[in-house]
Amino acid sequence: MRVGLFIPCYVDALYPQVGVATYRLLRKLKLNVVYPERQTCCGQPMANGGFERMSEHLAERFEDKFRDFDYVVTPSVSCAAFVRVNYPQILDHACQTPEKTMELVEFLHDILKVRELPGSFPHVVSVHNSCHGVRELGLSSPSELQIKPFNKIVDLLRLKDGITVKEPDRKDECCGFGGMFAVEEPYVSSRMGNDKVKAHMATGAEIVTGSDCSCLMHMQGVAARQKYPVKFMHVAEILAAGL
Amino acid sequence: MSTYHSKRAKEFLKNPEEKISRHDQTFWSVRQKRDAAAAQLPEWENLREQASRIKAHTVTHLADYLEQFTTNLEKNGVIVHFAKDAQEFNEIAYGILETHKVRKLVKSKSMLTEECGLNPYLMERGIDVVESDLGERILQLMHLKPAHIVMPAIHLTRDEVGEMFEEKGISKEIGNHDPTYLTYCARQNLRKDFMDADAGMTGCNFGVAATGDCVVCTNEGNADMSTSVPKLHIVAMGLEKVIPDYASLAVFHRLLSRSGTGQPATSFTSHFRRARPGAEMHVILVDNGRSDITANTAHWETLKCIRCGACMNTCPVYRRSGGYSYSYFIPGPIGVNLSMLKDPKKHSGNVSACSLCLSCDCVCPAKVTPGSQIYRWRQSLETYGTENKEKKVMAEGMKAVYENYPVYDALLRNSSVANYIPEAWADTSLNPWSIGHTMPRFARKPFHALFKQAMEELKNGK
Repeated sequence: MRVGLFIPCYVDALYPQVGVATYRLLRKLKLNVVYPERQTCCGQPMANGGFERMSEHLAERFEDKFRDFDYVVTPSVSCAAFVRVNYPQILDHACQTPEKTMELVEFLHDILKVRELPGSFPHVVSVHNSCHGVRELGLSSPSELQIKPFNKIVDLLRLKDGITVKEPDRKDECCGFGGMFAVEEPYVSSRMGNDKVKAHMATGAEIVTGSDCSCLMHMQGVAARQKYPVKFMHVAEILAAGL
Repeated sequence: MSTYHSKRAKEFLKNPEEKISRHDQTFWSVRQKRDAAAAQLPEWENLREQASRIKAHTVTHLADYLEQFTTNLEKNGVIVHFAKDAQEFNEIAYGILETHKVRKLVKSKSMLTEECGLNPYLMERGIDVVESDLGERILQLMHLKPAHIVMPAIHLTRDEVGEMFEEKGISKEIGNHDPTYLTYCARQNLRKDFMDADAGMTGCNFGVAATGDCVVCTNEGNADMSTSVPKLHIVAMGLEKVIPDYASLAVFHRLLSRSGTGQPATSFTSHFRRARPGAEMHVILVDNGRSDITANTAHWETLKCIRCGACMNTCPVYRRSGGYSYSYFIPGPIGVNLSMLKDPKKHSGNVSACSLCLSCDCVCPAKVTPGSQIYRWRQSLETYGTENKEKKVMAEGMKAVYENYPVYDALLRNSSVANYIPEAWADTSLNPWSIGHTMPRFARKPFHALFKQAMEELKNGK
């Protein structure tokens, strides 16, 4: 199985350790992982802001770069969702990456069906269920829907020895990042972020974890501003701990 | 960077902390009641799918169902009118009232009359209009607009209502702001209006084509009160409220109040089919842009909306910015959509009020997908010339960097110097991020540089 690794722009710039953890994890699972050079952004930020036309060229480039892999894996929920849900409308031709692109957790859970992971992580963590993971990728059952509850992030985290996994009250309410929403509606956005971080802290967790660095970045910025004693880690970092 | 909604939201968020939290919690608790009510029906998701399909079917066969509905109404002696827009609706309503020499009109809740501005139109012409839904009555007395479509006055506190009632002489016990007492006072006060009104007007939640029933759901019984004494009943109804038959009514009835308030059914569900002996019943079917929406390929699904308000209750932005932060009389996710359909240039400032969390898409009983549609509205703002210019500059900047790899590479390799910018310098009005956040810290080396280095070290056998 040949896997193309997509490390989105902001993960590349701000959270390289998440890229490293993802790569290590996939290699540990004996996959042929390729990180194609000269990759940048999937085009999501412009499109969510209302400028989808500015994403077309990036979507074409993404399709070119990744179309020949069996799977494209990325440690970012909203980027994976953007490729899967929006590319078919943006690209005016048949494309292959929408169905091949997977967010790390769903790839591990659904494709590789990982049921054990070495290494321990003796900490209390609170899971952040990012909206596009919940409602576009199906990483967990949306709280609005009357379906059997499940949570793939929780399933994977529980494979680590010594971990205590919590979920906040209002478990899949938005943290208020929303890409350009955060700069266009900064007051509502930071209020949502503050409420969300407090809900995570109320679980007693030391660490907030999720599979989207952009939600984590937003909450981290809010928490630092408020001087809250809580840490943020991507799921990949926890899953790769002690490998 | 500021849109209409973001500016109004900023004002709302200046309220005391506990007031904002209470607003948020009030609507969230309605969402929780909705969840509990939905969870009791194993067929819930099936019902939503059915509701969506019935509406899609009806909207695409609207003319046929309207004809059937009208025929059945007329068979029962009801007088049917068609109004192409708000102006015509107001004129028809006034015409009927004038013919009957009506001086006082009692109304049960109708957002359509709000849409058409009927109350001021009638009052300017000397008709006393009395709202009889408690929330609407409170707002009318306070000269305020609804802040929510189902619970229009829930943003007010009992003290605010109590003080107003004292001022107006509606409540006698000064300082008694117990909701049950205040409701009792309102009921006593409204009773005489019900008794001496010359006409009653209701909205219509569902118009059943097969039978000609106008179905009105209320919790206060005020639709029945409004129509029991007066000899004239006028129903104000949007075209899209027509549904095929009782079987489809059963689907919507199970969804409406469970979604809206978490109740298994509203306290009263009234079927108005014909006038009482010696009385008259009129139905005014209002288009006001609705038939245009049927032809709008990107947004026709808004016509499936049954106005339960669930999208507002679940919307994290609505709960933290309030109903008055939107420029349209219907707020929240569905309101953003309806306002754009009404007048996109005027209401583009609401389109920012969405983090694209899509909770509304999942909560909506008729699968209107308001959130997904807001994404599409954003794409169209440039065609109206109402896109946010600063945001556009940002997007163009990002596009330029992402499309030019050498620039991207150079920027990322050097971006960590930005970490040395003191927080105080970053806190400027030009940097909206700094309003609620500290700046993120750039890595000393980006991932792509680390990867390249590691691969070279491997190759060199290190």
